[in-house]
Amino acid sequence: MTDLTFNDRQAMRRARLSLISTAIRYILLCVVGFVMLYPLIWLVGASFKTNSEIFAGAGFLPENPTADGYIKGWQTSTPYTFGRFFWNSFLIILPKVIGTAISCTLAAYAFARFDFPLKKILFGSVIAILLLPNVVTRIPQYILFRDLGWLDSFLPLWVPSALAGDAFFVFMLVQFLRSLPTDMEEAARVDGANSLQTLIYIVVPMLAPALISVCLFQFMWTMNDFLGPLIYLSSVDKYPVSLALKLSIDTTEAFEWNRILAMSVLTIAPALIVFFAAQRYFIEGISSGGIKG
Amino acid sequence: MAKVQLKNLEKVYGNAFKAVHGINLEIDDGEFMVFVGPSGCAKSTTLRMVAGLEEISGGEVVIGDRRVNELPPGKRSIAMVFQNYALYPHMKVRGNLAFGLKIAGKPKAEIDAAIERVARILEIEPLLDRLPKQLSGGQAQRVALGRALIKKPGVFLFDEPLSNLDAKLRASMRVRITDLHRQLKAEGLSSTVIYVTHDQTEAMTMGDRICVMQAGHIMQVATPKELYERPANLFVAGFIGSPEMNLIDAKLDGSSFSVGSQSLPIGPHLEGRLSARPAEAVVGTRPQHLSLVADGPAFTAKLANAEFMGHEVYLHADLEGRRVVSVVGAADFETLGRSETIRLRPDLERLHIFDKTDGRNVSL
Repeated sequence: MTDLTFNDRQAMRRARLSLISTAIRYILLCVVGFVMLYPLIWLVGASFKTNSEIFAGAGFLPENPTADGYIKGWQTSTPYTFGRFFWNSFLIILPKVIGTAISCTLAAYAFARFDFPLKKILFGSVIAILLLPNVVTRIPQYILFRDLGWLDSFLPLWVPSALAGDAFFVFMLVQFLRSLPTDMEEAARVDGANSLQTLIYIVVPMLAPALISVCLFQFMWTMNDFLGPLIYLSSVDKYPVSLALKLSIDTTEAFEWNRILAMSVLTIAPALIVFFAAQRYFIEGISSGGIKG
Repeated sequence: MAKVQLKNLEKVYGNAFKAVHGINLEIDDGEFMVFVGPSGCAKSTTLRMVAGLEEISGGEVVIGDRRVNELPPGKRSIAMVFQNYALYPHMKVRGNLAFGLKIAGKPKAEIDAAIERVARILEIEPLLDRLPKQLSGGQAQRVALGRALIKKPGVFLFDEPLSNLDAKLRASMRVRITDLHRQLKAEGLSSTVIYVTHDQTEAMTMGDRICVMQAGHIMQVATPKELYERPANLFVAGFIGSPEMNLIDAKLDGSSFSVGSQSLPIGPHLEGRLSARPAEAVVGTRPQHLSLVADGPAFTAKLANAEFMGHEVYLHADLEGRRVVSVVGAADFETLGRSETIRLRPDLERLHIFDKTDGRNVSL
């Protein structure tokens, strides 16, 4: 009887300790999470503040909430509304993402599944390009596109991606493909499918998680790309949101911070929405070692 | 007609490793041919060369009367069942079955009818709207079989299709596949089968003929009975049969053969079969043909272990320092096997003598 009571006491003590440990862990996680997220929370809060209130304190809750920043920010100081710049961003992103998905899949399929002359050297070049800083290629690329007469158009932003110019994505898809068993593709070949049919009907569906990651990465990087549009686009009517944000800082003498912050919130919104909507595939795609055999 | 001929077939890999050494084989129309051999003997490589999934380095593959070396797999009139089923994971069973016919551009009505027919034969009708991940191993195997069957190919290729299944399911699938083969034959459909396995039970029970391979060479091609009774060489003798054949170094001296210090007369039957008298010989006797006797000419051995298997007992004994196995009836064991020293007599009519230098059976 005494033993049982002792055991009961031990069990209760263990349960209490485990509860305390869990509570401490969660509190710590919440605090760190809050600190990390605070700038974003502040950004959203500050976009509803008046200009004078923004720098008055570090709190994020506006005293007199106003949508003024959104209304006036949307108008911009140019003849175009912010909607126009969103549309431009969309016009850049959509062909770029589609081009990337198609071209990188084709290139990765070739590298992962076929033997052809100079394959090793070519794949080595892809890896070398991966390690090359982007800035190094800016000037030759600029001169090339200038000579082709593509300046102030979306072509310099679309074309490199449509030709599997993003070595990182090719590499990522090659790695994913290498982890997939080849049996299904062989079965498709025995079923009479040619290489392209095998790619479309068998490989692409199995590649979907990685492909979704590629599209998401490309979407977010293009949405955030500042330098590319800055170099190649000179007409304001072609500016994407990344340039338009900077424009609103340049053209106003006294910065209307609430307008800038409001537009910043709108700018990051699509990337956040897309990321959370496709989060499952995104994580699956970058962490997956393929499917089980 | 879907006769398959392999003529001087060779496979050499990029690093100059020769996997298949110019093999020749003729498989008749409607024949069930089993390739069997240990891991790495190139049985799967040979099958894949027939399928067109592996490049042919030399020689040729003829299916029917067409040389198919340069044809892609889809145009060779073959269907293949893979070891891990290779079902398309994103397609339902129906889609898996239909894929080949869709690629061939068949009309929908014809495809639907073919799916119904195959699903009925293989009893997979309730599974048609499931994804491969929702199937058990046996069900997935039947779908893989269906995918092969639906194409009505000239030649079926099986690459160790049952090795991922448990023993019970494997036994039932074995029967199902042989039944199916017989059924196709009875219906007058072309049903040549090349079946790769490392499991000799599968080989012995399923094949019309068996092709035993080792290190890229064909060691013997024969019916299961002939392989068992008349192995052409030491490798086949040791590979086919369970428990393994006892292979014991021996010397032939005049009218007797000796193992260590013990000798037995060769006898007129064995003498008549000998095509040579090798200086260094190996005698082979199956455990079932090494009986436990009370008297008469026999080898004396020390009993090391007895495994009771129900109606029979596996006796492990030391014969002049070599381990031999004898399979005896439980009753014989009770009367004669309960002592430390036992007397084992090989059945001389079924005894094999091999030349130790080249492994050839000289007593066929």
